[in-house]
Amino acid sequence: MLVIRADLVDAIVSHARADHPDEACGVIAGPDGSDRPERHIPMMNAERSPTFYRFDSGEQLKVWRQMEEADEAPVVIYHSHTATEAYPSRTDVSYAAEPDAHYVLVSTRDPDSHELRSYRIADGVVTEEPVTVVDQYDSVCQGAPK
Amino acid sequence: MTVSVSIPTILRTHTGGEKRVIATGDTLQAVISDLESNYSGISERLVDNGKLQRFVNIYVNDEDVRFSGGLDTEINDGDTVTILPAVAGGR
Repeated sequence: MLVIRADLVDAIVSHARADHPDEACGVIAGPDGSDRPERHIPMMNAERSPTFYRFDSGEQLKVWRQMEEADEAPVVIYHSHTATEAYPSRTDVSYAAEPDAHYVLVSTRDPDSHELRSYRIADGVVTEEPVTVVDQYDSVCQGAPK
Repeated sequence: MTVSVSIPTILRTHTGGEKRVIATGDTLQAVISDLESNYSGISERLVDNGKLQRFVNIYVNDEDVRFSGGLDTEINDGDTVTILPAVAGGR
């Protein structure tokens, strides 16, 4: 299950709407091992395309190093689908290389309402998971103590 | 030349869980061959038909080798090699 703060969901959706009709992509980092998304990092889509996305490799290196220094992990990796449902495509699955990440997809095909869903993708197998949106994380129940 | 190589989570099954390993070689190709001799199976995750796999990014210091000479990129003592999974997809 993905538990995520409402303001982070809003940030993902705003980013996806802003880049529409191109696909938007990014990361929500969180403390390593906590499974708790905390820091929104919108990424450039190097493809600038309505049908593909790819993190710019230079930006990715910078962001991954920052996360390593801060003992963070990419808890959520998100991107948008701008004309199709929020379900991982075959290409999405072939690239998915973070078995511990929640792969979040948001569809912006409907201008009035978005669809946001979350998946685990490991060894080519897609497993959808429920998404619980909360105002604040409960420090007792969520994640490991730092 | 001896370099430190940063290994992403997805490839740590090959390195016994190690995040960072040491390898030697004068070019990236040679470094990958040296990795393969110690961590069997890692080479095919990085190279496909003599070319860099599209699913990974490899950096020498801060430079993505796709823009600097690919597998022929020269390696100097003390360089760091970073391997990251490419994050990409499409509908």
